Amino acid sequence: MTLLDLSIAEMARGLRAREFSSLELVDAAYREIERFDGELGAFLRTTKDQARATALQCDSELAGSAEDPGDLFGIPVAYKDVLCTKGVETTAASRILTGFVPPYDATVVARLGRRGAIGLGKLNCDEFAMGSSNENSAFQETRNPWARDRVPGGSSGGSAVAVAARMAAATLGSDTGGSIRLPASFCGVVGVKPSYGRVSRYGLIAFASSLDQVGPLAKTVDDAALVLEAIAGNDPHDATSSAATTGGYRAACLRGVSGLKVGIPKEYLAMGVEPGVRAVFDRAVAWLEGAGARVVEVSLPSTEYALAAYYVIAPAEVSSNLARMDGVRFGPGFGDAANLGEAYEHARHQGFGPEVRRRIALGTYVLSSGYYDAYYLRAQKVRTLVAQDFERVFGEVDCLISPTAPTAAFRIGERVADPLAMYATDLLTLPANLAGISGISVPAGYSDSLPVGLQVLGPYLGEETCFQVAATVEAAADIWRDRPGAVAAARELR
Amino acid sequence: MVADENAPELKASVFEPAQVAHLSRLARLGLTESELRELGGQLADIVNAVGRLAQAPTDQVDPTAQVGGLYNVMREDVVVDGLSQEEALVNAPSHEAGLIRVPAIQ
Amino acid sequence: MSDRWEAVIGLEVHAQLLTQSKMFCGCRAQYLGRPPNSNTCPVCLGLPGTLPVMNRAAVEMTIRTALALGCEIPEFTKFDRKNYFYPDLPKGYQISQYDLPLSRNGCLEFEVGGRVVRAGITRVHLEEDAGTLHHAGEIHTSAFSLVDLNRAGVPLMEIVGEPDLRRPEEAPAYLAALRQTLMYLGVNDGNMEEGSLRCDANISLRERGSSELGAKVEVKNMNSFRSIQRALEFELERQSDLLDQGRTIAQETRGWSELEQVTVSQRSKEEAQEYRYFPEPDLPPLRVARDYVERLRSELPELPRAKRRRLVEAYSLSEDQARVISESPADAAYFEAVVAAGAEPRSAANWQVQNLQALCNAAKMRVADCRIPPAALAELVRLVDQDRVSGAVAKEVLAECFASGEAPAHLIASRGLSQVSDEEQLKQLVEQAVAANPKAASDYQAGNDKALNSLVGSVMQASRGKANSKMVGELLRARLPRG
Repeated sequence: MTLLDLSIAEMARGLRAREFSSLELVDAAYREIERFDGELGAFLRTTKDQARATALQCDSELAGSAEDPGDLFGIPVAYKDVLCTKGVETTAASRILTGFVPPYDATVVARLGRRGAIGLGKLNCDEFAMGSSNENSAFQETRNPWARDRVPGGSSGGSAVAVAARMAAATLGSDTGGSIRLPASFCGVVGVKPSYGRVSRYGLIAFASSLDQVGPLAKTVDDAALVLEAIAGNDPHDATSSAATTGGYRAACLRGVSGLKVGIPKEYLAMGVEPGVRAVFDRAVAWLEGAGARVVEVSLPSTEYALAAYYVIAPAEVSSNLARMDGVRFGPGFGDAANLGEAYEHARHQGFGPEVRRRIALGTYVLSSGYYDAYYLRAQKVRTLVAQDFERVFGEVDCLISPTAPTAAFRIGERVADPLAMYATDLLTLPANLAGISGISVPAGYSDSLPVGLQVLGPYLGEETCFQVAATVEAAADIWRDRPGAVAAARELR
Repeated sequence: MVADENAPELKASVFEPAQVAHLSRLARLGLTESELRELGGQLADIVNAVGRLAQAPTDQVDPTAQVGGLYNVMREDVVVDGLSQEEALVNAPSHEAGLIRVPAIQ
Repeated sequence: MSDRWEAVIGLEVHAQLLTQSKMFCGCRAQYLGRPPNSNTCPVCLGLPGTLPVMNRAAVEMTIRTALALGCEIPEFTKFDRKNYFYPDLPKGYQISQYDLPLSRNGCLEFEVGGRVVRAGITRVHLEEDAGTLHHAGEIHTSAFSLVDLNRAGVPLMEIVGEPDLRRPEEAPAYLAALRQTLMYLGVNDGNMEEGSLRCDANISLRERGSSELGAKVEVKNMNSFRSIQRALEFELERQSDLLDQGRTIAQETRGWSELEQVTVSQRSKEEAQEYRYFPEPDLPPLRVARDYVERLRSELPELPRAKRRRLVEAYSLSEDQARVISESPADAAYFEAVVAAGAEPRSAANWQVQNLQALCNAAKMRVADCRIPPAALAELVRLVDQDRVSGAVAKEVLAECFASGEAPAHLIASRGLSQVSDEEQLKQLVEQAVAANPKAASDYQAGNDKALNSLVGSVMQASRGKANSKMVGELLRARLPRG
């Protein structure tokens, strides 16, 4: 038992009741990190001295003030390493950013900081968030705490593992094609992909700008709602951030699903969903019907083109977004290059791993004259079709449900050699990014002792509906207090 | 579903080494011969897979570059303090006299 | 050089906008004179994670410019990324506009050799400037380059001209007219030396009478009106020589070498950049409301050509006077203030153009900025017109007041410099002059008109310039009747 087993709401109650201090929470988190992270590999670096100092400050403020500082005050959190943290090295798990210390905080980091959340460190991920297994990190392997020979999912693998293994109360990840929802599903935690523009991208090292969103990973749906409420909302530094009012997510968690109309996209269940995953999904459908929702089948006919469109649009944006990684203003330097051309190639060849090179080359190709119309423009049109599909079904139903991924966590190394098989991991998650709609993955059960997530997709800026459904599934599944067996086993060994 | 009649043939793309080398040059990837060969094969697979796009009924469809439907998001013309010279250069691998140093252009 | 070939020339002009802040961040747009890399922030340094946010004033200045050039302003416009690697380009792409610019289809009228030329404007669009590179010695031989990003992200307007120019000398005239328009609009300071206004040229040759265009050569690195004309003259000659020899012209980019007065090949078409433009995902597009466009149109200032025409028509000025006075809107406003203060327009124009302008040129300042207020100049002009002060004295008074800031009328009164028009007094001076210069007097009487001038000069000298020279002439003629 550790304090980190508690939900954030429970931690906040304990802090107010002086049952424990923020420093004890932070120390408990570092205790788990020190015990287990050598093997799990979730953290790329920790900021312990800074975190403990902040915790002490929080404790003294808590003691000195009668005002309610909010539920995130004094809570230990951690950030995917694609989020810039002022004064703390930020690498996006890429060699090309080794040593890069941002002079500014990402808006989401600053917002959590203002609420009193305490950053523990930076979390591993696929290099520049490109990947579905976390195996593309330039620095270290991250293992699934439920089965250490399996991947945690990606790209926000470290963010999911840190929550699942009780090394942080909540974390932030980023989701470009499923990078929050997929690891959340594989690691048995809640992961939210907010609608595009709901959360500021300022300070998020860009993967694909028109698809990226920052979102929370947490043990409970309510915790995720709490964190989303803190980070959501318009940011003048991000011109694509929505001006719509935010909030009400925690309240939505209490609302139930009675009277909601829930759609099941038939195309999603045809995407090679494994029987064990299907069984978990079917049980969740029954729970929702039992709770008063009406569940109907719907069709999203453009789904079959979504993956192709995604693997044109995302690489195209990558090829441009990563051009700034040129070794001039930051990075490990040019070696002994004789001229600028060599210097660029040296910095980028040394700096980028195989998957990143692959996507840059692909993106460069689809934007080249002669191919632009055939690939990029056509992908943008397919994107319109995918968005129109969702728009149409959200005229009929309030939200959609599906498995988050066709399978549970797969074995480390299993898909590394086959990029296309790896890309197919995101089949059920990436259409939401193309359309910019909201989504959540919530733990719904187990397949072969591995966690299985249920994906809830809501309309653009319709997060509240997602939270209603996710909270209902969470309550029915009643598994959020389950600890990863591997963690428990390792604990017993000591 | 009707395929777009104007769709160019997107099937069976083959990446010649010279073409991959051109992409590597454009993107300053500095790939070696063996990396070029390996990447060429992978790109061909991926491009053939995304060739499925040609079958999508996109005839009367407008492209989507961004979602969210935002327009006219602008800031007022106000000066805000930025970084000092020291802060601007702190991450630069090489600098002198306040300027960032890079190898010769050609 | 044979007369067989005709040049087809189009100019691309880049103008930094006079906003307070940069195009996409809050750093100062006025970057000159600051220590290197001290006018930057995470956004214009292109640090990972940063995002651009559009400067409203820059968009407005571009629309105003486009309207002044008679362009259409489409309802929908967007920004695109132009991808290429260069150390002065922090993000590895320039945010620019590709297929849907802020404006298109305008024109510019200008005069060259007394002839009015009308050249089309393809488009006016908005983008961001790059940083600056410093080299020890020449760019291609230096062992390293040094990057300063103070300029990176300054709003830059690109004005693309149609290839409507036919002669090298039309290029500087076009650019001068454009520059003046930009300065009238207050969107650019017109400083070519510092590079806040830059010009590239495209030139191709075709057989006279043919409509088929030859290979296009782009010429860069011209930073004065003179170098633009010289570079184009050089290209016209170089290309026509090649064509005369039956050779072909390579489509390429060439740079003007001020030192050697030649253009040098920089980049051939084969090496041409592939920019891989695509829509900038970080910036929502713009919908430009029609009522907004109409409001900006109605608020445009009077433009140079219109102002010149009005000065000629309303004040009966000569074309030349109107041109000098309308050089800047402030100078024209100065002139109109002088007239409003009671000076006769043509006299006022004479004094401003001939005397005040010369003093200002020597002091390197604009007329509008000088220490003589319009009302004071009006007073001086009136005193001259009323024969109350001689032209020569007035000129000296103007120079002194220009330096000291004293009011001319006050100086005239305090020094007793008023013109002497008293006939008795003048007759006395005339007698003295005739007595002192008997040869001049007899020469005049013998028919030499010039001799009279020396006698007038002698009177003027004796009166220390105060004598009414017109009356002195009349009195002398009466005193020395001819046969």
